[in-house]
Amino acid sequence: MPGSDTAPGAARAPEAVKILIAGGFGVGKTTMVGSVSEITPMHTEEYLTEAGVEVDDLSGVEDKGTTTVALDFGRITLTPDLVLYLFGTPGQQRFWFMWNDLALGALGGVVLVDTRRLETSFAAIDFFERRGIPFVVGANGFDGEHLYASESIRDALALPHGTPVVPCDARERASCRDVLLALMDHLIAVAAAQPTPEPAG
Amino acid sequence: MNGSGTGGRLVRPFALVGGRTQPSRADFTLITLVTTVDPQPAPVTGLQPEHLMILRRCRVPTAAAEIAAHLDLPFSVVTIMLCDLLDDGRITTARPPVQASGSPDRALLQKVRDGIARL
Repeated sequence: MPGSDTAPGAARAPEAVKILIAGGFGVGKTTMVGSVSEITPMHTEEYLTEAGVEVDDLSGVEDKGTTTVALDFGRITLTPDLVLYLFGTPGQQRFWFMWNDLALGALGGVVLVDTRRLETSFAAIDFFERRGIPFVVGANGFDGEHLYASESIRDALALPHGTPVVPCDARERASCRDVLLALMDHLIAVAAAQPTPEPAG
Repeated sequence: MNGSGTGGRLVRPFALVGGRTQPSRADFTLITLVTTVDPQPAPVTGLQPEHLMILRRCRVPTAAAEIAAHLDLPFSVVTIMLCDLLDDGRITTARPPVQASGSPDRALLQKVRDGIARL
């Protein structure tokens, strides 16, 4: 598998793909990125204009013309010519919905939920549904607990039929890997079932 | 002039790119991989330190988001710098294989899945 068929110094540029890790504030998105990334998660920011956005609380924001959205991201080199980036969206989640480039070209998404406060992840689910981006739900069990069955979570979130709900622990690499595998299986199933994007709501 | 004491950079980010706020090209997504052209088409004299840092870092293909993180600059500012370098023929870019949400290539999906399974 790791045979290098490119000459040294003439390395072929690898391809890059991305998966979004979304969910409510404090639900473990950056933790999950860090659990599977081969590098310490990196942090970057983007300015977004607020035009067209309903902003009801900008107290403390000095420049009301723009807002800053932060991103934490990690990298997984899957093969010598294929790199996966995981983008998590820490805090201020309502703003990153405006960042089109974030969603553009994403293979799919993981919506992390805290089962004690599911409502904080509604917006992330809505974001993926509106854009026709397939996703799975990772039910992050804090303190190793999973209080609710996946079916209950699915009902409470009113998930589209077939959307997997995977119990997980965002701190555990193997657990995060399993969530990503569930996502890939879902993406492959979606691609097989419907080659065209879902109709917009 | 310098008394606010926030400890950040002295130059406001968009001043680094001459006040422009719109990239000249839409070539750069977060995961567009950037590679420095070797040899460079022209001497690197006259380039800003940030441009030189980009050229050094991208001797190995580097995602635009990583460049922004390392420069500690907003992504859109870095995008403008990358446009400058692309216009000057100093870097090449590899666009992601998946351009828009929709139905990605199943072979690619399987390849990603296989890679994740090896983690």
